[in-house]
Amino acid sequence: MAGLSQRVYLDYAATTPVADRVLNAMLPFFNENFGNPSSVHGIGQYAEAALEAAREKTAKFLHARSEEVIFTGCGTESDNLAIRGVALAQRRSRGANHILVSPVEHHAVLHTVRQLSEYLGFEVEMLPVDGFGRVDPQDVKASIRPNTALVSVIYANNEIGTINPIRQIGEVCREAGVIFHTDAVQAAAHLAMNVQLDDVDLLSIGAHKFYGPKGVGALYVRRGVQLVPSQTGGGQEYNIRAGTQNMPYIVGLAEAFELAQTEIKLWASHFTKLRDHLIGRVLEEIPEARLTGHMVDRLPNHASFVFKGVEGNQLLMMLDAAGFACSSGSACKVGNPKPSEVLEAIGVLPAWNRGSLRVTLGHGTLPEHIDQLMQVLPVIIKDLRKLSVV
Amino acid sequence: MSDRPSVVIGMSGGVDSSVAAALLVEQGYRVTGMMLRLWSQPGMEESNRCCTPDSMAQARRVAAILGIPFYAVDVQEKFRKTVVQSFIDGYSIGMTPNPCLICNRQIRWGHMLQQALAMGADYLATGHYARIQRDYQGNVQLLRAVDSGKDQSYVLSILTQEQLQHTLLPLGNLRKSEVRELARKFSLPVAERADSQDLCFLAGGDYRQFLAHYAGMPSSPGKIINRKGEILGEHQGLSGFTIGQRKGLQIAASEPYYVLEKDIAGNILVVGFKHELGRTSLKAGQLNWISGFVPTGNIRIQVKIRYRAEYCWGILHATDNDRAVVTLDHPLRDITPGQQAVFYDGDTVLGGGIILP
Repeated sequence: MAGLSQRVYLDYAATTPVADRVLNAMLPFFNENFGNPSSVHGIGQYAEAALEAAREKTAKFLHARSEEVIFTGCGTESDNLAIRGVALAQRRSRGANHILVSPVEHHAVLHTVRQLSEYLGFEVEMLPVDGFGRVDPQDVKASIRPNTALVSVIYANNEIGTINPIRQIGEVCREAGVIFHTDAVQAAAHLAMNVQLDDVDLLSIGAHKFYGPKGVGALYVRRGVQLVPSQTGGGQEYNIRAGTQNMPYIVGLAEAFELAQTEIKLWASHFTKLRDHLIGRVLEEIPEARLTGHMVDRLPNHASFVFKGVEGNQLLMMLDAAGFACSSGSACKVGNPKPSEVLEAIGVLPAWNRGSLRVTLGHGTLPEHIDQLMQVLPVIIKDLRKLSVV
Repeated sequence: MSDRPSVVIGMSGGVDSSVAAALLVEQGYRVTGMMLRLWSQPGMEESNRCCTPDSMAQARRVAAILGIPFYAVDVQEKFRKTVVQSFIDGYSIGMTPNPCLICNRQIRWGHMLQQALAMGADYLATGHYARIQRDYQGNVQLLRAVDSGKDQSYVLSILTQEQLQHTLLPLGNLRKSEVRELARKFSLPVAERADSQDLCFLAGGDYRQFLAHYAGMPSSPGKIINRKGEILGEHQGLSGFTIGQRKGLQIAASEPYYVLEKDIAGNILVVGFKHELGRTSLKAGQLNWISGFVPTGNIRIQVKIRYRAEYCWGILHATDNDRAVVTLDHPLRDITPGQQAVFYDGDTVLGGGIILP
């Protein structure tokens, strides 16, 4: 059982370390430039300038206007604000009561629409997905109704890595005049974001997925889209998200987002090679193993598998004991494994769907880490299968 | 990788297993904490005293203080299939089983030990109060704890030689007061759960209702008779009664009646007065001998017929066909079929078996 220092971290989809450049950009805003951007005085104005510079930078890499970026507390908050904010506004302005989402959304979206359905009477409809977890734009087109308040489809899924045809879905929604939100929390770390090309009306990101700090996110809101604020108070963030801005973290998000978006090509080709090497070895060397999600249309750093007759939590524990930090895709620390909704939605059979493993690569991943992992993984799977028949 | 021996410790968040973990760390073992998630009646999970979310959070805190990894392992399905099912099965044939023993054998020293060994650990440890003594040949003996008030060797009497060889019990030589003292020394939380004797999966609920619900045991009324065969009343189903029980008989008499026997085949409850409760011998089956060998001849022993019962002197005679008879020095009441009889030679646990009707 390895100590912390000997661990190989292969869970970059869960979170990433803050990049040095990002940390250095943040530090002055804790004490030197500590002003409240809402203050009238010079110290406040200095902070405000930094806030607006961060907003502009974030907007630039989304291909949006500055005033279309709202800073939030995290990706989940962005999703909540988008879904709840649009649903309530749409119902009030034109009685729209119908929400279309995919079954492979993050819980930040799924549990929000569930609440809207259970407490506020919205009708939530699940779009079909194929065996890779992809939404077909034609299904979106066919499911849109006159009273559809909002369509929300995840850009790239956290559990299985599959990338959705966001541009085509955006086009369909734009034609029908329906508001389209996408949760790009995973995607923004690896794919070029462009809300203009993608015809997206709202888009959520969270900084800690791309080497920024935890506890800060942003929501792109296309000009003209009405939102009911989920947090009320002072007039910060264009009256949409009240509360004094978390300056160091907002600066960190902008810095990290710039870094991520400018270096996308560089990292993507590096990750893709490593990822495909890993996928090839797993499928070749481990019997009764399958890749989940799409083979090609998947995040470049993301490999996810299911192993028949293996319990995912046990697998993670054994890997951790052997020095590898991985995930099952659905974090569950209490050891109460329920089959993942995403795996059920893409039709993974019960004998398989408990044994999921997600390996996500990042800046710290070296080629030898993959080979080291492959030294232990087949053995552990074999042991666990023996164990489950005891 | 270091060559220090490694041990997985079953943690509950309570002071005993926390101190046991701290002692193992101090002794230089590579320690990993583990908590089992057991099955509870649906809706009662929050009050399962073996694994509430609270106790899990507490165990995690302790692991963090000690700097050891901690994992929760789900065994709900296995627990329900083995422990809960054997509880239901036992009652349905008129026994009063002790599910904690099944859990120790099948779950803790079954699943958890297998898991620990598969992870490359050398030992499984727990915070039980009992001692393990190793001889020069590598054989082990199970001994009573130094703190007789806390001794838990009874619930470990079902373990085999092989299981015990992979077991560490760091608290066996300590008194409870010393354990509390050590908790303070190691700066560990000293939370103490109520030492409840309820079954964890009932979560404070009533076992009769549980059986009615899960075993689908219809209440089938039958006769209540005394030893002479006289009919004294009617019962609403034998599963609601255990040997020695006084309450719930609803027979008007000058002297209270007690349950003496349950005749499952005839669906008859046999009752009598207090002086009729005692028996001078007991018979046991499904025997486990810690040494791995059936003892020969007549052996002077002490026997315990329940976890909290007093030790009673007697003479043990074991046969090769998995039967043992204990002839007791004095009549003993409440000898209950299905409970475990555990045999002691001084401090040493010889083994035990299920009390037969």
